[in-house]
Amino acid sequence: MDIHALQQIVHQTRDARRKQTLPKLSPADRDQLIHKYHPDFRASAFRPIRFGPNVGDKTAIELATLLEGDSSIADGFDLTPHYTTDVLVVGGGGAGCAAALHAHGAGAKVMLATKLRLGDSNSVMAQGGMQISVAPEDSPVTHFVDTLKGGHMQNDHQLLKVMVEEGPSIAKWLLSLGVLFDRDGDGNLHVKKGGGSSKPRLLTCSDYTGLEIMRVLKDEVLNQKIQLLEFCAAVELTSDEKGHCTGAIFKDLDNQRHVVVAAKSVILATGGIGRLHIQGFPTSNHYGATGDGLCLSYRLGAKLMHVDTFQYHPSGAVYPEQLIGALVTEGIRSEGGHLVNAKGERFVNELDTRDVVSASIIRECEEGRGIRTMSGRIGVWLDTPLLDAASGPGTMEKHFPAMMLQFERFGIDISKDPVLIYPTLHYQNGGVKIDTNSETDVKNLFVAGEASGGLHGRNRLMGNSLLDLMVFGKRSGLTAAARAAAMPQGKLTVEHLKGFRAEAKKHGNASGVVSPMVLPAYTRKES
Amino acid sequence: MAQEDSNVIDQPEVIRHKMVTVEIAGKKYDVPEGITIIKALWYSGQEVVRGAGCLGGFCGACAAYYRTKDDPKVRTCLACQMAVQDGMSITMMPPFPARKATYDIQALKDPKQDLFNLYPEAPLCRNCNACTEACPQKIDVREGVWKAVFGDFKSVSEMFMDCVMCGMCTPVCIADIAPNLVALYVSRAQGAHFTEKPAGLDTRIKEIQDGRFTDEWAKILKMTEKELADHCATVK
Ligand SMILES: Cc1cc2nc3c(=O)[nH]c(=O)nc-3n(C[C@H](O)[C@H](O)[C@H](O)COP(=O)(O)OP(=O)(O)OC[C@H]3O[C@@H](n4cnc5c(N)ncnc54)[C@H](O)[C@@H]3O)c2cc1C
Ligand code: SF4
Ligand code: SF4
Ligand code: FES
Repeated sequence: MDIHALQQIVHQTRDARRKQTLPKLSPADRDQLIHKYHPDFRASAFRPIRFGPNVGDKTAIELATLLEGDSSIADGFDLTPHYTTDVLVVGGGGAGCAAALHAHGAGAKVMLATKLRLGDSNSVMAQGGMQISVAPEDSPVTHFVDTLKGGHMQNDHQLLKVMVEEGPSIAKWLLSLGVLFDRDGDGNLHVKKGGGSSKPRLLTCSDYTGLEIMRVLKDEVLNQKIQLLEFCAAVELTSDEKGHCTGAIFKDLDNQRHVVVAAKSVILATGGIGRLHIQGFPTSNHYGATGDGLCLSYRLGAKLMHVDTFQYHPSGAVYPEQLIGALVTEGIRSEGGHLVNAKGERFVNELDTRDVVSASIIRECEEGRGIRTMSGRIGVWLDTPLLDAASGPGTMEKHFPAMMLQFERFGIDISKDPVLIYPTLHYQNGGVKIDTNSETDVKNLFVAGEASGGLHGRNRLMGNSLLDLMVFGKRSGLTAAARAAAMPQGKLTVEHLKGFRAEAKKHGNASGVVSPMVLPAYTRKES
Repeated sequence: MAQEDSNVIDQPEVIRHKMVTVEIAGKKYDVPEGITIIKALWYSGQEVVRGAGCLGGFCGACAAYYRTKDDPKVRTCLACQMAVQDGMSITMMPPFPARKATYDIQALKDPKQDLFNLYPEAPLCRNCNACTEACPQKIDVREGVWKAVFGDFKSVSEMFMDCVMCGMCTPVCIADIAPNLVALYVSRAQGAHFTEKPAGLDTRIKEIQDGRFTDEWAKILKMTEKELADHCATVK
């Protein structure tokens, strides 16, 4: 049928739906729904890791294969450093920029190396906002409780307390750098309510929060003249005789040469895993989200946490084809947008946590209440025109200019027509286990941002990631910088690979794959 | 999985799946109609390193020029957000060596005046409007440059909130202005110097420093798992 004909039911049922309130599910009902429909519970998509620090723990097959993968660096590789620095930051997203700026500010010599250009990352795409408890009726403790609930009570309490308590001072830091958060009439920071939160707590820069923060941080990295190495992908870490981290080996993607960097500490801020397309899901993630940091840390002996849980953002675009997997911001649901099935019914409280909302969308589709596209996809409607209907014409345009423009490019006006959506692979809930200074089990190896695990438990609450990046980027940067002064540069070896390879051999060289992946293989080979 | 067939959206590109011929950097390739330019690059066998970043229309890494069949007008786009059509000619934009001024944003004494020291070329705009025409984000870039020069930093910061720093406004400028970099400076100055300090934020920071939440923390952190779960359930 013509898409407009199918959308009629959404228009027809709008007024009736607006009078409805849907309760949030009880904990028991949530669990039941998630166990039945959430992709994390599709047992056949997971397997135990065969060796290494997390031997026996389950993770997605795609990730297990890479974790068990071999290094591209052979024994006897020439490890004469091309550069020497106090703090080596790997990754140019929010966590990497924050780490580099704070380490530099504390007086350390800093180098920031990144796979693509500085800032090409998941961080630039964050639209929904950043959770910080600034409102009078809110508090860090409430932020803590909301996050814990969202994370199924599995969050590391210490990490979480640090994050929520340092939030307000992070907001102040960003403001002092010139970040333009939305304001209320009285000059105070405007807060929006996010899914899974009991109080309005989202700071936003219209729907360009990540872009605005990253424009400013990138500019600041350049202003501070922090040494940059762009288009260089970390492919291995180096270790000394004690197994402590001492630097990294990069591959320059422009000329395929290796670059060796000696560093007193390494901060991995390499982000997420969306481009592994776990279970075949499309993804909202950037081109370089291939879980490199997990592989690098794992080979050096760092333990991972919660790597059996991934976040599927409820609203990935399903139509048009060109936007498949792209995010339709949660902000639309925060401002009252309904999810509507093919029968014109709502089926979940739209502001419930992401795992619940995603699972319920999958349920609707599996039970035959989805809308299909001819390319074999399926989804439900997100009633975007409702926002203009409820708050006056122009609301969508004013609050979601980025969203409007993205669809407008394909001739779709989402203030008039609802959008077809389905969950998209969005975020790695777990990652490398860290302490409150963002340090891993491996001395002088720090991991900050999405690549780390523990903080978010088994489901990250929306808006908590941007804060995570800033808080743990800062803590890793400051800790690494403080340590540098009194510390000699350790020896650079790849001895750790010996043990890792021996283990792999014992398990029949389990995966036969070389990792990290660096970039997904989208280039079509000769047909 | 019973599903009424009436619930299927027609997609002409799927029903009449067809190949189109496009020219990428001067060479012709057949690619499926309607895929994005980036996907067309992959489809035609090219490894993409430079030229792709977020793949979501936010990072500006994929700035590209294109021309549609028989139209002399060369346009700009973000290649991850633009569908190919038959007869399209496409070239990715190379990195452009624009000059970025460096500054200590917090130490600026008179940011509106400092603009002229940092970017002395800004007031030399010759009003050709090429930057505006080049902007894939539809920002009125020329207007922004003038507003910056006349000290209306607030408007500039609002106008350029959509700027993905693709840099397409820069190579076209006959006055050697990099409008996006000027706007970035102006926006940061607006935020750091000309925007009210939020009083509530300072209050909250002080409350945390003064230990206003200490008792509440103590209570929460010594709860058993069960108590904590029960407590969480009471927060709606
Ligand atoms: C579309 C989208 C919307 C989102 N919206 C929100 C939101 O509204 N609020 C919120 O809080 N969170 C949001 N998130 C989540 C949040 O943006 C990310 O979790 C966060 O940005 C991750 O930051 P990061 O610095 O850890 O990683 P990234 O920002 O992804 O940066 C990782 C960097 O590491 C580089 N890198 C990777 N591997 C290597 C390697 N081997 N060598 C060198 N460099 C490497 C990458 O190129 C990149 O520069 C969103 C995420 C997406 C994808
Ligand atoms: S203003 Fe310039 S850099 Fe910004 S989006 Fe437009 S063309 Fe790109
Ligand atoms: S391209 Fe340069 S000269 Fe022309 S309007 Fe824009 S800023 Fe002015
Ligand atoms: S790849 Fe980021 S805008 Fe296209």
